[in-house]
Amino acid sequence: MALLQLAEPGESPAPHQHRLAVGIDLGTTNSLVATVRHGLPEVLRDEQERALLPSIVRYLADGTTEVGHVAQAHQATDPRNTIVSVKRFMGRGVKDVAHVENLPYDFVDAPGMLQIKTVAGIKSPVEVSAEILKTLRRRAEAALGGELVGAVVTVPAYFDDAQRQATRDAARLAGLNVLRLLSEPTAAALAYGLDSAAEGIYAVYDLGGGTFDISILKLTKGVFEVLSTGGDSALGGDDFDHRVYCWALEQANLSLLPPADQRLLTVKARAAKEALSSRSAATLQARLSSGQWVNLSIGADTFASMTQHLVAKTLVASRKALADAGLKPAEVDGVVLVGGATRMPHVRKAVADLFGREPLADIDPDQVVAVGAAMQAHVLAGNRTASDDWLLLDVIPLSLGLETMGGLVEKIIARNSTIPIARAQEFTTFKDGQTAMAIHVVQGERELVDDCRSLARFELRGIPPMAAGAARIRVTFQVDADGLLAVAARETTSGVESSVVVKPSYGLHDDDITRMLSESMGSAEADMQARMLRELQVEAKRLLEATQAALAADRDLLDGAEFAQVAQLMTDLVACAEGEDSSALKGAIDRLAHGTEELAARRMDRSIRAALAGRRVDDVLAK
Amino acid sequence: MTDPRHDHFSLFDLPPRFALDLSLLEQAYRRVQAQVHPDRFATAGPAERRVAMQWAARANEAFRTLRSPLARAAYLCERHGQPIEAESNTAMPADFLMQQMQWREDLDTARSGDRTAAQALAREVEARRDEVLARVALALDEQHDYAGAAAGVRELHFIDRFREELAAFLDSDVAATPRSH
Repeated sequence: MALLQLAEPGESPAPHQHRLAVGIDLGTTNSLVATVRHGLPEVLRDEQERALLPSIVRYLADGTTEVGHVAQAHQATDPRNTIVSVKRFMGRGVKDVAHVENLPYDFVDAPGMLQIKTVAGIKSPVEVSAEILKTLRRRAEAALGGELVGAVVTVPAYFDDAQRQATRDAARLAGLNVLRLLSEPTAAALAYGLDSAAEGIYAVYDLGGGTFDISILKLTKGVFEVLSTGGDSALGGDDFDHRVYCWALEQANLSLLPPADQRLLTVKARAAKEALSSRSAATLQARLSSGQWVNLSIGADTFASMTQHLVAKTLVASRKALADAGLKPAEVDGVVLVGGATRMPHVRKAVADLFGREPLADIDPDQVVAVGAAMQAHVLAGNRTASDDWLLLDVIPLSLGLETMGGLVEKIIARNSTIPIARAQEFTTFKDGQTAMAIHVVQGERELVDDCRSLARFELRGIPPMAAGAARIRVTFQVDADGLLAVAARETTSGVESSVVVKPSYGLHDDDITRMLSESMGSAEADMQARMLRELQVEAKRLLEATQAALAADRDLLDGAEFAQVAQLMTDLVACAEGEDSSALKGAIDRLAHGTEELAARRMDRSIRAALAGRRVDDVLAK
Repeated sequence: MTDPRHDHFSLFDLPPRFALDLSLLEQAYRRVQAQVHPDRFATAGPAERRVAMQWAARANEAFRTLRSPLARAAYLCERHGQPIEAESNTAMPADFLMQQMQWREDLDTARSGDRTAAQALAREVEARRDEVLARVALALDEQHDYAGAAAGVRELHFIDRFREELAAFLDSDVAATPRSH
């Protein structure tokens, strides 16, 4: 692929070289990492052969962290500093979190996203998630024996923009190159669909630890097209545990418990729930800090009836997703179960009843998402072979819009639109001589702004004074293949233009991430400097070669002045590459990379046009 | 006009007509996405990924438009200089408006409990919709009367809005009756 060589000079492709990439399922309760080795997907295990990493992070007073099973062992003894189910807090404020009164944490309500006060300082859910991702990254690098080219990280299909941004930031903070954020049910469908070469309509019912997704997909000749999606990003196995916990409090006549007892009883409640997946009764025994002994027995029927309302919620979302796809339950050719919570017999039965068929669960419901993500990562990293010729077309789960007069929402992009998507709408001024306009971006299905999630606010300034209604402000929404939104606004009358591009305010700024990454790098400063200079020199060489190759092939895409500018930037870079000044070299690389962006875009456009016209890309570039 | 970057039909290499084989459209859409989707360029540089995203967004927009008969008809009208302007251009023929008023009265009556009447009304609306769509198809593909087609599309906007209301009423009615499995 000569096309890709120009694209990423730092990664000149040796055609048969396997590029290491992983799929990561960052779950509420457990997380996993998988890869494709020798053509087969494989879940990577820790030194003790365990595939699941409990999504639990414990902060210690000396500033170190424990992640996974080690942290899990302390969750009842050190609940304040041991963060479980952090996924529920991603992109969320304190008021968004259900049962917040039952959680042992010391929350700090920051704008955009809550934070948690720990013995090692204030931590955001992004940082906590990054600890989990770092652990998985290290596991993968140890198993694969090299640095990763990139990772596909999965998110619930029903995650909104703020939650997706937070997830992407966490992955970057963990030092991962995010090849794609992939919806969990779509990843699962990929794992199943390719396994069985299936065609037709599939429903993926994904009940995880803290989130529920339902996706309806159409599979045709290697194309996985999501028709609709629905769900609840705050409904999962945790809620079933919580019901058992509340039942236990009631049965044992307990009221407010100290944090350690809360956590202990929750752990015991979860164990009882899990036992009920294979038995008709279970016991729940715990000795509280007061010395009181709790000893209860719970039957499967009791458990099923106390959680029936949670199951019913998933069925309502499933019916809605079917209706959005314009389908009836009988038109579905197969139902796939994903997520550990689908092991509960009454959940399986409800799904089977809704669709009138037995659901498939041949692939371990805990692992199927990571497996699908690994397959996609393998292909995205550039290891595509003839048998990997599939395409995933996903949708945006919730509508995106703007606040208009009176607190109403004007929808710009409807839910279940296939991504990537760009849509523009024109707005005008309300008052005579108005020179600024407030733009408030929201996500959700309701008609009132207050009922939707606020994603970003920004102002468009410098509008020339005009009569009310005369200005033409074109607001463009663009959702990329990760489901992430960017918004731009432009005033288009009388030749005057202003534009602002924003990313929703929930995410961390790029500067924050760079700072946090460098903070975590540790002490070997001098080594770092030397290594950085060598890496920059290699990068400079590759960039120069790639630019030369691009100019040799497509010189005609630049006019005389543009060509002269690129030539000058190349000369500058050659000079800097011979020196020892890292920051000057970095600057020269950035300037040439930036200065050739337009050339790269035009070449890409030319090759796509050629491909659409039916000629093979390789032929076009080979001439 | 025929630049695939701007024209939905040439993007999918299809003749610019209202009559359209949907399975051919789907095939063409998948073929184009297979070539332009950002997943094909995940390790490329930012400029390449941006261009791929723009083409993929174009393909999605073109597919969404051409797949729906109403959007497709509106697109063909605009392509021939007859924009629909559904919001500002609301001058409708008197007999059409009379019929809309009649339908609304019928729906109000049905709301007071006559479910059979609502179902009959739904059948009438469907028949009327099919009739207008056929008229629009004829105007676009045979008579090349784009102003006439645009007027038909505006009628269809009204009809569809009413159709949604009616469907919402019928759905809620179904929801109110107990389900049996």
